[in-house]
Amino acid sequence: MSLLSLDGVSRVYATRRGMFGRPVAVRAVDHVSLAVEAGRTLGIVGESGCGKSTTGRVALGIERPSEGSVLFEGAVMPAPGTPEWRRMRARLQLVYQDPLGAMDRRLTVATQIAEPLAIHGIGDASERRDRVAALLRDVGLRADLAARHPHELSGGQRQRAVLARALATDPALLVCDEPVSALDVSIQAQVINMLTDLQEARGIAMLFISHDLKVVRQVSHQVAVMYLGRIVEQGDPEAIFADPLHPYSRALVSAIPVPGPRRIARVVLTGDPPNPADRPSGCAFHPRCPVAVAVCAMTTPTLRPAADGRLVACHLVDGVAGTA
Amino acid sequence: MIPGEPLVSIRDLRVAFHGLPALRGIDLDVMPGEAVGLVGESGCGKSVTWLAALGLLPPSAKVTGSVRLAGQEILGAAPSVLDRVRGGRVAMIFQDPASSLNPVKRVGVQVAEALRLHRGMAGGTKDAEVLRLFDQVGIPDAKRRVHIYPHEMSGGQNQRVMIAMALAGQPELLVADEPTTALDATIQAQILDLLRRLQQETGMALVLISHDLGVVAEMCRRVCVMYAGRIIEYASSDTLFAKPRHPYTKGLLAALPDMVGPRRRLEAIPGGVPEPWNLPPGCAFAPRCGHATAACDAAMPGFVPVGVDHAAACVNLEAAMVAA
Repeated sequence: MSLLSLDGVSRVYATRRGMFGRPVAVRAVDHVSLAVEAGRTLGIVGESGCGKSTTGRVALGIERPSEGSVLFEGAVMPAPGTPEWRRMRARLQLVYQDPLGAMDRRLTVATQIAEPLAIHGIGDASERRDRVAALLRDVGLRADLAARHPHELSGGQRQRAVLARALATDPALLVCDEPVSALDVSIQAQVINMLTDLQEARGIAMLFISHDLKVVRQVSHQVAVMYLGRIVEQGDPEAIFADPLHPYSRALVSAIPVPGPRRIARVVLTGDPPNPADRPSGCAFHPRCPVAVAVCAMTTPTLRPAADGRLVACHLVDGVAGTA
Repeated sequence: MIPGEPLVSIRDLRVAFHGLPALRGIDLDVMPGEAVGLVGESGCGKSVTWLAALGLLPPSAKVTGSVRLAGQEILGAAPSVLDRVRGGRVAMIFQDPASSLNPVKRVGVQVAEALRLHRGMAGGTKDAEVLRLFDQVGIPDAKRRVHIYPHEMSGGQNQRVMIAMALAGQPELLVADEPTTALDATIQAQILDLLRRLQQETGMALVLISHDLGVVAEMCRRVCVMYAGRIIEYASSDTLFAKPRHPYTKGLLAALPDMVGPRRRLEAIPGGVPEPWNLPPGCAFAPRCGHATAACDAAMPGFVPVGVDHAAACVNLEAAMVAA
């Protein structure tokens, strides 16, 4: 049994075009199924507006799916705000891009790390103090930083403090939404190493959301590529990043600037990603796709296994049964 | 201008904010038509260098040194001189195009204003030139697009408008400060392609400021690496990425996750960048350097030539040269 599984999850928002426009349904997440195994990392990559953050919020139960179901440890995710959901949230924690926004500027680092312990009624005052000291050690922060306020820390130190707070309740799953994107390269490497060390030591599972393919490859055991609310390719990161099959994954991987010669010929896409409120028919990628054919504009391709077992949603990629 | 002379020549450029050093002696030449990259982490001074050179810093900044444009000193020059330089001979684009554009003016009007200011154009000639510039930077449907507002365009399209505005003054040098950092990967690839094409078409020089080593490697023939307000290594891109000599450059490259090959633990650079009020006495990188000795604290290391157009400021390289 997977620790977390999303089964056919969609999240639909109602929005208006202009002040007096008709309400339009925007499918931010569209029929997404994925599973996170205990102690493993599933990476989600994609560009702005592809639905990766919404998927993370649905996984945490902050947002309820409009369709489909979310199971955590085999049980259906309770409605947000209920006592059952609060209890469950101790096992599911979120770390996101902006650590300063995630912290209360008026409280010391120690107070903030102890807060989840107080909320979930874990330990007495002296036990909490010991726990905070141990957490600070685990994330590599000096003990004297406990008495500081967030603005007195560097960006890297703040992200470590946010991680310590997320780890306070000993979660089984960490949803990391662009956790290192705001950090400089040398600090980014420190935090990535720490995340993999913590996963090894504590057996935490992670849903790792990022636009940075290099970082996702570094931390993930499985990876899903999203475009306009749907997963277009999913499987082993080595296979997907070395030889992407979906034309969008191919463009995305080839767009990464690298020092030295490139392995995959650069595919420069024309145009911008379409507005999710104005989804193209058939395969949503077809207007930008360099290899699209007539069927792509008519039928939405389903995610099905390719020859090596990874899942690809493209009419032009041969499936296992050769149905394409 | 004398052939073989640099277009821009910066000598011993220093900047201090409220007595705290931000730039500690920059020497840099930009040859006509060449592409130079400046890389480094937040606060290393890569942006301040060009803001200072073009007189764009607030009066509280203390700027000394020399900046010559085709032999003419422009540091501390009269506003009338600088007005012809900025946006004319030297154009600059920034990370966030939306905040560089005027939100209440149509984009075509904003480009037309640059044409009026820097090329004295008016009427039909000006309008025709606006359309030509929109075409040149790859904005489709230019006739209609000149009439819309920045918020009606995507981030990538806004950056194209900024580039059109920069081209309006027919610059000899374009300084692009993190031009693609706020953009998605596939849009970044489009903008980098555009900049490369425009540089070939117009023969302008390009200074690309970026934290992304991959972007700089792809775009620039020559790269300078900055740390704590100084250039610490320069070389051709091929040499720099194949044979970095300064421990900081080596550290930056080792801290980047790979896109190909076996996954390895990242080699993070320990610690963080020194604060401007707490700079080490000698080499600013010494406290984080695995090879630091007492000699590193004795004095600021000078440049040691280590190859053709390749030099690094490191005491250990100096010692190796003396021993050899």
